[in-house]
Amino acid sequence: MPELLVADLSRWQFALTAMYHFLFVPLTLGLSMLLVVMEGAYVMTGKEVWRRTTKFWGTLFGINFVLGVATGITMEFQFGMNWSYYSHYVGDIFGAPLAIEGLMAFFLEATLVGLMFFGWDKLSRPAHWLVTFLVALGSNLSALWILIANGWMQNPAGSEFNPDTMRMEVTNFMEVLFNPVAQAKFVHTVSAGYVTASVFVLGISAWYVLKNRHLGLAKRSMAVAASFGLLSALSVVVLGDESGYALTDHQKMKLAALEAMWETEPAPAGLTLIGIPNEKEHRTEYAIHVPYVLGLIATRSLDGEVEGILPLVAVAEDRIENGIRAYTAVEALNENPNDVEAREQFEQTKTDLGYAMLLKRYVDDPATADRATIEKAAMDTVPNVMMTFFSFRIMAGLGFLFIAMFALAFYFVSLKRDVPRWFLYLALFAIPLPWIAAELGWVLAEVGRQPWVIDGVLPTFMGVSGLTVTQVIMTMAGFTLLYGTLAVIEISLMIRAVKLGPGARILPKGVGGGGPDTHNEPVPARPRTIQFDK
Amino acid sequence: MELPLDYATLKVLWWGLVGVLLIGYALTDGYDLGVASLLPFVAKNDKERRLVINSIGPMWEGHQVWLITAGGALFAAWPSVYAVSFSGFYLAMFVVLAALILRPVGFKYRSKRESAAWRRSWDWALFVGGFVPALIFGVALGNVLQGVPFDIDRTLRATYTGGLLGLLNPFALLCGLASVAMLVMHGASWLVVKIEHGPVLDRAAKFGQIAALLVIVFYAAAGVWLAMAGMGYRIVTDIDPNGVANPLRKEVVVEAGAWLTNYGKYPWMILAPALGFIGAILAFFGLRSKAALSLIGSGLAATGIVASVGTSMFPFILPSSINPNASLTVWDSSSSHLTLFIMLIVTVIFVPIILAYTAWVYKVLWGRLTTEEANAAGTY
Repeated sequence: MPELLVADLSRWQFALTAMYHFLFVPLTLGLSMLLVVMEGAYVMTGKEVWRRTTKFWGTLFGINFVLGVATGITMEFQFGMNWSYYSHYVGDIFGAPLAIEGLMAFFLEATLVGLMFFGWDKLSRPAHWLVTFLVALGSNLSALWILIANGWMQNPAGSEFNPDTMRMEVTNFMEVLFNPVAQAKFVHTVSAGYVTASVFVLGISAWYVLKNRHLGLAKRSMAVAASFGLLSALSVVVLGDESGYALTDHQKMKLAALEAMWETEPAPAGLTLIGIPNEKEHRTEYAIHVPYVLGLIATRSLDGEVEGILPLVAVAEDRIENGIRAYTAVEALNENPNDVEAREQFEQTKTDLGYAMLLKRYVDDPATADRATIEKAAMDTVPNVMMTFFSFRIMAGLGFLFIAMFALAFYFVSLKRDVPRWFLYLALFAIPLPWIAAELGWVLAEVGRQPWVIDGVLPTFMGVSGLTVTQVIMTMAGFTLLYGTLAVIEISLMIRAVKLGPGARILPKGVGGGGPDTHNEPVPARPRTIQFDK
Repeated sequence: MELPLDYATLKVLWWGLVGVLLIGYALTDGYDLGVASLLPFVAKNDKERRLVINSIGPMWEGHQVWLITAGGALFAAWPSVYAVSFSGFYLAMFVVLAALILRPVGFKYRSKRESAAWRRSWDWALFVGGFVPALIFGVALGNVLQGVPFDIDRTLRATYTGGLLGLLNPFALLCGLASVAMLVMHGASWLVVKIEHGPVLDRAAKFGQIAALLVIVFYAAAGVWLAMAGMGYRIVTDIDPNGVANPLRKEVVVEAGAWLTNYGKYPWMILAPALGFIGAILAFFGLRSKAALSLIGSGLAATGIVASVGTSMFPFILPSSINPNASLTVWDSSSSHLTLFIMLIVTVIFVPIILAYTAWVYKVLWGRLTTEEANAAGTY
């Protein structure tokens, strides 16, 4: 039996390091693609301003990329360090996408990123563009494999428990690969990265325009960000990852939790726009309902039912009882691998084995659990409704905000060629928002998966290593100190690079960073709108 | 489904492939770690330091992926080994992680500001990021050779009973020093072929020769210690190489000299330690004459030394000192037959591609780096 406090602390550590890592990932994913677009414009037109634009955003990309890589190593090591039983239990399946990520994606981006920065004078224009493209491809493929791994945690397809090795083993690799949850997550996450980078580029360019600096670069960057951002923002929302919610009992539970839908409603179910979930009394107060909408979105039909939280808890109770039979069969097989009767019982009940392990929080031997304990364990299958409910609403609200913002940006930049100052301010102050949306997306995905680390297969607290509380506190303090320091340095370097602007080198104090962009014709001070010429 | 390769063959292939990835790491990032460890000793001013840093600047990032992929491959092919070693060496792993995190930011951020104090801090970060992992990797292997205090219960949950300080025993420290010497030798050899002739190269050659001699001394001392102290484990029950991956179905004894028996059984394995010594000797002479021979020698030495840990212990991967029966071996701690097969196909496809574009990048960056280039705008 693992120690619960160690499990809780390890969860905190994983959450903190993962969320920190994901401060850098979305910008890497999106900015690498934007660099491909910008450098593509340079290769096609041969205009120096595009080269300067690419190199400027490339500098910011570099500052961000390095921390993404550095904090990514922590993620890969942490499974073994803090979640060693998890690693043993699912390594046969979960390890594969991580290893493939290294071989197919990470090697590519990391090997070529050096040439991207240092190869400008060593490579022909198309060859350098190819390098930039391969770095972007590597980053995006990397996201694909990580999300295949994460998608399997949400919907453990193509695998089953093997009592001889006491772990999950792969039965059908194609099902792991083409897991619908993973595919939906990939599109959703990558598009979110594109939105993040577009907001970042749009906001910083808006600041330059407001400051009347580097207008050539800023206008071109805004044009790229506006169109790229609009497409991506539409893709995030339209291709949002709701498509996997019907697959497993627990994905259904996650959907019910994020909607705070306690009972099954007659089809098609209504959508709660906003309200305050009351987790004790199992109802949602001050709820504003929109009829029919949830049923339509979630089941894509008029008569599909969306199951509520409490009916799903009842299903979990049955599965726990069935799981106890699987557990006793595994125990018997452990004593005698040739016990035919036990093997048959195991074959009948194996898909519920994980549910029996929920009881391990309360009793050492699940077979001894009484009715009340089983009910308590079944109730544990409800994730934190408050967190899922609100993180989903804030994330989705921001998603719609980005669509509106990029639609406006696209209208102003491409159609009207005239951007009002209020919009420039809006774009500037919107910079932090995609990060908030992305982090809340992970809160929703991972808190919504609780109490499971592998949906329906392994409860989170069972996956932890046999560490002491002191050990985990030491590394948590260490990570906090190290990551905190690096965050401060990274943000100050970013701001400095933005202030210095394109073409800037490190210059002695007192020498301005105007750079070669100063030949841009000055615009009259503080105009009410900014004209975009062809 | 009938797979074209049997389980036992795949286990042995994957034992070799993880070795290949670790050797790949030692050959590539190994010299980055060595160069970073040499930074305070071979470079006396900022211009020289930038020469040293930029000699590895564009490539270290790709090199580091050998380690990350080795970690991923361990997870995929040897999940129990990954689980037990990473959680067992918990605090040591954290120190390695912290050092490896400092290193990239050291490269990237150092030259973004003029201030001498700023740059001095990042020079320290780079040195720590090179020296500390080099030491800990050796210490870790030293502990693996002696056996690690872990046990496994019936549900195959592992518990580790040692602490951080227990890792720092004399034999492990000797292995740590051997590892540092080996990587410093390799780093010096890289500098000798990569940077312009001048005082930095001369200093690197000098430190490299000392390191090469130390490699020979430490490596030989570790070998003698291994034989004299009677380290080693042996499986005493019958083993089924095609059997399921459950480490609790065998019996193991501690047996003096067991780590040397493989060299009698499979004489070709002597190649590994022999390469370790021959490589170091070649590197020594290469460094003395400042020739490319140095890098060939140090590369051979690194290959031989890393490989010799594996060949000495085969079929053991992670022996347990408190319950030898729970030791993880090639026969009982791998992934399933199907996973090993799928991962083999993926590896066979992608490793040649990786080698091809890595070679292309080396070709583009070919040639000696000058102090002027290293101090130009846009470099580290």
